[in-house]
Amino acid sequence: MNFRAHIRVMPRDGLLDPQGQAVENALTELAFDGVSSVRVGRAIEVGVAADSLEDAEDATRRMCERLLANPVTEDFLIEVDPA
Amino acid sequence: MMRAAVVRFPGSNCDMDALRAAERAGCRAYFVWHRDDDLQQADVVLLPGGFSYGDYLRSGAIARFSPIMQAVRRHAADGGPVLGICNGFQILCEAGLLPGALLPNAGLTFVSRPVPVRVENVATPFTTAYRKNELVHFPVAHGEGRFVAAPDTIEELEASDRVVLRYADGGNPNGSSADIAGICSSDGNVVGIMPHPERVADPAIGDDPGHKFFSSLAAWRAAAPDEPITTPA
Repeated sequence: MNFRAHIRVMPRDGLLDPQGQAVENALTELAFDGVSSVRVGRAIEVGVAADSLEDAEDATRRMCERLLANPVTEDFLIEVDPA
Repeated sequence: MMRAAVVRFPGSNCDMDALRAAERAGCRAYFVWHRDDDLQQADVVLLPGGFSYGDYLRSGAIARFSPIMQAVRRHAADGGPVLGICNGFQILCEAGLLPGALLPNAGLTFVSRPVPVRVENVATPFTTAYRKNELVHFPVAHGEGRFVAAPDTIEELEASDRVVLRYADGGNPNGSSADIAGICSSDGNVVGIMPHPERVADPAIGDDPGHKFFSSLAAWRAAAPDEPITTPA
């Protein structure tokens, strides 16, 4: 079966995110009121062939742990859908 | 004569500087390609600066899977000296040979200028020729040089004297934790630094405060006579 993995990699909470800060400043300058806590991360999509949804999720998790996210500085969220 | 392997990745751009700096310090220096799996009896390995694999995903994240990195890992595990400069430091962190990670500079801009640093650990193979806490000016040139690690990792690095270089005189160019500019492994043989000593290692382009990063190797070798010395091929 073919699946599509949607992966969101975000800078870990508490770590300085200068990109997020810069975007927040720009939004505030554009007069968007009430903007706060902007964080900038990365979205990755991967086609995965696997026997089941669980297998596809498991494979995606291992991809994140080995390569797609840095365990020192980033957290990841996974969503896998049938392709 | 010590053999120094300079690893070339697609996107390395300080490889020639590193080679010349090692040669000037008396090493027999040569390039190895990232697809190679043999360091050709290297006594020391240099991972030069640059933008390996275009810095795709994260700096150093893809380079660490190069075939040559398996050989570098074995060399390091056997106690062989490894120096990663700039992108080389990023690769060593991504490979887990050094703790922590290097993130985009706090100011978000690429910083390219000389900065004052102190050489705090003078026991590594690359720093024995410096005086402890010697102040030198090395160039930095990076967009992702902000060293971060878990608080207990930083504490451990400090407690075990593993901070090799520290930005001095308020000259931290990137927001690194504890002004850390370079660290070493627990055995001291793997060293990663953001500043570029190889760019200030020849009096022909001015002063050469970086030369001792490479000339230290001879003194380190002399002090470890029980280590097997490789016969040049």
